[in-house]
Amino acid sequence: MSSRSPAGRKLVQAGAFSLLWVSALLSVLVLASVVGYVMIKGIPELNLSFFTTPPRGGLSGEGGISSTIVATLYLVVMTLLVAAPLGIGAGVFLVEYAESMQNRLMKPLIRIARFGVETLAGVPSIIFGLFGYALFVTLMHFGFSLLSASLAGACLILPVVIRTTEEALKAVPQSYREGSLSLGATRWETIRRVVLPSAVPGITTGMILGVGRIISETAVFYVTLGGSYRTPTSILSSGRTMALHVFYLAMETRAFEKAMATGAVLIACIIAVNLAINAVSRRLTAGGGRW
Amino acid sequence: MPEPRMRTIDYCLYYGGFRALNSISMDIPPNMITAIIGPSGCGKSTFLRSFNRMNELIPGVRVTGKVLLDGEDIFSLDVVSLRRKVGMVFQRPNPFPKSIFDNVAYGPRIHGLRKGDSLAALVERSLKAAALWDEVKDDLQKSALSLSGGQQQRLCIARALAVEPEVILMDEPASALDPIATLKIEELLQTLKENYTIVIVTHNMQQAARVSDFTAFLLMDESRAGNLVEFGPTKQIFTTPRDSRTEDYISGRFG
Repeated sequence: MSSRSPAGRKLVQAGAFSLLWVSALLSVLVLASVVGYVMIKGIPELNLSFFTTPPRGGLSGEGGISSTIVATLYLVVMTLLVAAPLGIGAGVFLVEYAESMQNRLMKPLIRIARFGVETLAGVPSIIFGLFGYALFVTLMHFGFSLLSASLAGACLILPVVIRTTEEALKAVPQSYREGSLSLGATRWETIRRVVLPSAVPGITTGMILGVGRIISETAVFYVTLGGSYRTPTSILSSGRTMALHVFYLAMETRAFEKAMATGAVLIACIIAVNLAINAVSRRLTAGGGRW
Repeated sequence: MPEPRMRTIDYCLYYGGFRALNSISMDIPPNMITAIIGPSGCGKSTFLRSFNRMNELIPGVRVTGKVLLDGEDIFSLDVVSLRRKVGMVFQRPNPFPKSIFDNVAYGPRIHGLRKGDSLAALVERSLKAAALWDEVKDDLQKSALSLSGGQQQRLCIARALAVEPEVILMDEPASALDPIATLKIEELLQTLKENYTIVIVTHNMQQAARVSDFTAFLLMDESRAGNLVEFGPTKQIFTTPRDSRTEDYISGRFG
């Protein structure tokens, strides 16, 4: 090491600190201007009737977003209904059962399952859309519908649900499991009565992340949900989520300010989702709570 | 010596190819406190966990030889009913993140006791037996995690007692506690042995000498496998050990 004067080291320190500070500031500025731009353009368009009337359709892009809010809500609920049991079940299996399987047949299968989950998490969402289109829309004749879209959406968020479930379960102290097993509980009783209740906050975080993903996704639903601006009446109805509506407004109408207004609502939803996640994690780190 | 409550015969345990316990044959006398002592890594805890088959949780563990409970091979027993009869208290207090009541009621509920009255009576009896009742009776709905370390450990003892076991295994139950809480646990052991058979692993030789009736000294050999060097009445082990290695260990020459 070459010896350097204290003054020189201080100067380097100050330089590095300033550079880091500037990059942090710039990143925040970029993000703030994106959000700010949408908000400034969009908020003036917002009023009560915007939320309570459906889009009028056609090139004008007039009307509100009521039917897209309903479609988004339906889709979120339906997607979770499919993804939650599957994803939580898979996560529980991978953490609580798979580890102890030394079986020559199961071990490679489990490794493939893990690898699959990791790969799926990185697959572009339009691929899930294409898959959903081929399988649910066409092959299974569900058509462009909430059903097709929620099944495809479930595939999209399964990796995040599985991963967060796994993380939540791994964070449950092993001593809880040992304590329960030593009292004569079976593996399943231990999972059901001690492990899962302790993992609820973490698993909830995964669910909320999934909700955020469904709210903001467009590509998957473009090819599975269709684009009807009417309020869906059954699980076989086509529909349009808020995010899809933004896409349609921007590409097919002159109502750019309506797209911005819808975008502003979307951003508000995502902020709400993130606040919910923070609230759950705070409760998680506070610890000692009864669930 | 009376008929042993538990007994190991040529018991060996392997982690994969590594032999961790080497051919241990030992008797656990009923209604007595048997201490297992030895230096770190000699397999004390592993040996203790053999009595309720907790080692099975670790992938790759294999055992040979026999472990008997009241003359019956524990590997032919259903593991759930074995653990009902052979309870365990761990090194670090591990109450569940539930209320005091729900912690103690956990085992009985699992085993099908639902009736409110008898459950409440059982919880009270178990907390009394663990010398915790007077400190917690005013608020059984309080979270177990709000108790002090010593109280948590006595709660874990109450939780183990609530399933009405015959044997209680204790893995250094006081090592995470302060001296006063330790003393309470040690006093508790003396009352518990009237109704239960206790096996306790301890790092602390004074503790073994104070609380136990019998002592087993484990030591690892050249291949790092745990061997039973000497087993006998505690008084004899600590005053006139037969094996020079036992003498070296209890006089503090190693470990």
